[in-house]
Amino acid sequence: MWSDILRRGGYALLVILLVTIGVQALMALAPGSVAEVILGEAATPEAVAAMNAELGFDRPFFVQYFDWLFSALQGDLGTSPITHIPVTEAIMQRLPVTLELAVLALSIALLVAIPLAVLSATFPNSGLDRGINAVTSAFLSIPAFVAGPVLVFFFAVTMKTLPALGWTPIEEGLGPNLRGAILPALAVALTEIAAFHRVLRADLIGTLREDYVAAARAKGMTGTYVLFRHAFRPSSFSLLTISGLSLARLIGGTIIVEALFVLPGIGQLISSSIIQRDVVTVQGVVAFIAVGFVVINMLVDVGYGAIDPRVRRGPRARKAPVAAKARTTQGKAVSA
Amino acid sequence: MTAELLEVTDLHAYIGSPKGVVRAVDGVSFDLRRGEALGVVGESGSGKSVMARAIMGLMPARSDRTGEILFKGRDLLGLSRKELQEIWGPQIAMVFQDPGRSLNPVVRIERQLTEGMRRHLGISRSEANTRALDLLKEVGVPDPEQRLRAYPHELSGGMRQRVMIAVALACEPDLLIADEPTTALDVTIQRQVLDLLRRVQTERGMSLMLISHDLHVVAGRTDRTAVMYAGRLAEIGESHEVFEDPRHRYTSALLGATPSIEHARHAPLNVISGSLPSPTDPPPGCRFAPRCAAASEACDSAQPAMLGVGVDHAVACLNPTNMREGELVGR
Ligand SMILES: Nc1ncnc2c1ncn2[C@@H]1O[C@H](COP(=O)(O)OP(=O)(O)OP(=O)(O)O)[C@@H](O)[C@H]1O
Ligand SMILES: [Mg+2]
Repeated sequence: MWSDILRRGGYALLVILLVTIGVQALMALAPGSVAEVILGEAATPEAVAAMNAELGFDRPFFVQYFDWLFSALQGDLGTSPITHIPVTEAIMQRLPVTLELAVLALSIALLVAIPLAVLSATFPNSGLDRGINAVTSAFLSIPAFVAGPVLVFFFAVTMKTLPALGWTPIEEGLGPNLRGAILPALAVALTEIAAFHRVLRADLIGTLREDYVAAARAKGMTGTYVLFRHAFRPSSFSLLTISGLSLARLIGGTIIVEALFVLPGIGQLISSSIIQRDVVTVQGVVAFIAVGFVVINMLVDVGYGAIDPRVRRGPRARKAPVAAKARTTQGKAVSA
Repeated sequence: MTAELLEVTDLHAYIGSPKGVVRAVDGVSFDLRRGEALGVVGESGSGKSVMARAIMGLMPARSDRTGEILFKGRDLLGLSRKELQEIWGPQIAMVFQDPGRSLNPVVRIERQLTEGMRRHLGISRSEANTRALDLLKEVGVPDPEQRLRAYPHELSGGMRQRVMIAVALACEPDLLIADEPTTALDVTIQRQVLDLLRRVQTERGMSLMLISHDLHVVAGRTDRTAVMYAGRLAEIGESHEVFEDPRHRYTSALLGATPSIEHARHAPLNVISGSLPSPTDPPPGCRFAPRCAAASEACDSAQPAMLGVGVDHAVACLNPTNMREGELVGR
């Protein structure tokens, strides 16, 4: 148990270190510097060098990195030399927008994909299944920057039911807030639906062939009962995995959609700081996203345990459900 | 009330596959009486499982059944899914081959054991739990309270199969179909589980269809035995008769060939030479003819009809072994 926690903690730390070192290296390699942005194009090289020295950007790479790391470990991600806003504060301002968008998009995608996958798996290779496949594949091939404007045109311009752009904070009322969030969330969700539908469909079809499903039917349980009370849970591993990945990706910000709908989210923060060579903010946001990614991964692991009791016994048993799906261990080994 | 609980007449069960239509069951007729245990034996691939599932009505996709399956006088083939769902559990129940795969790994024993009772008997959760405890005791599961809360992986293979039997008995079916209930278990456990099945069958006066590839196992625990070969019946009769006086050469071969749990471990083993005919394109005559030492030309041209040989004993052979004077009466 403890070794498991240590192992995971070590893994998480490693991910965060690698990501932050990588970002700092990339920012160092990229042409231009913060000082040039602050001082403008007319600045002399000497003035730029002096400014960079003042901000501490002339120090050796690893000195800069470890200086940042020690502050970061104490919860201080530094202050942007450009906006003079502390990075943690900037993140906390943007986070509600991105988090809401991500959760909303994920919920929409799951709400649409799950019933479709259940239908597909109940009637595999039927006309219905093929139709659903065709539609979700079409969704997959529409990028968000196309889906966004189309949705805006339809709902905001033609039907005038939803606002075209902008963000209303949740404090100003849930209704207006949701009305502003729904179109961007939908634009993001569309591409997720196809993947969710596909993995859940495949897993469900596999599970429905299992003996324990036949055994449940042989008890006279109804089709719906068997589907939802027996087949669904063991079929949801892959769905949980890719939902976790999607969520982690969406928390990192959906730069295109945020730009398209003018939403003050994490994605916007990153893109503007990169353009301004704001190393401090970029580094802080990336570290934050890496932590978010690690946390979501851990939640997914906990989720596996909730789905399958065989996983709950630690890391070595984790492979059990997958192996067990293909070829359940024969009674032989344990019966004696 | 007739003595026959189940009357199967000319049952065919075909399954579509990439290699063509598999004629897994191809013209099988037999009766199963109330309170009787019928053994069904045959080597792997002879169609025992497909027959069991065909009788249940749990066929794979792209399959077709013809013939007649009268259960209490009603033809099961004509019933809708909804009507079958009322029969599965309280009328006919099934125990599957591998207890490691027939219990849902993510559902506690409690629900798997009580859900059928709650649906069919309309009883409350606490009543169902009380009954579940009694059932687990009946099938010899120690610590039933604790086992109810367990997940299948926390039980041994033998315990799981006992649980599966309890599940099948839960709604007091009139017919229990057990499809090789012990092949996944080790030898000592196999015998215990088989004896358990026979015990509950006689105690409850239930009918049992016990499928196995081991004639020895079936003979001592059933009233009658049917021998299946390549989708057809080779021989059917009272178990001790089929066992002691087999009239089909396949039955004799099977008796010699099976390494039985009833035997010493290293008993000599006679393997039947040749293999099962193609299930998609079976020979026109007797399906065992290609492997039969006594096959004649007539055997290759026409399928032999069931021939009565003695009381309640029939064999599908033109030239049965061990024939006695005046026995050749077709039926
Ligand atoms: N779902 C299926 N799709 C295609 N063919 C099948 C299917 N199930 C069974 N068969 C075929 O039907 C025939 C009979 O199989 P069945 O499983 O009934 O044999 P069995 O007597 O139960 O054998 P075993 O002792 O191995 O369980 C075999 O040729 C098998 O390949
Ligand atoms: Mg079988």
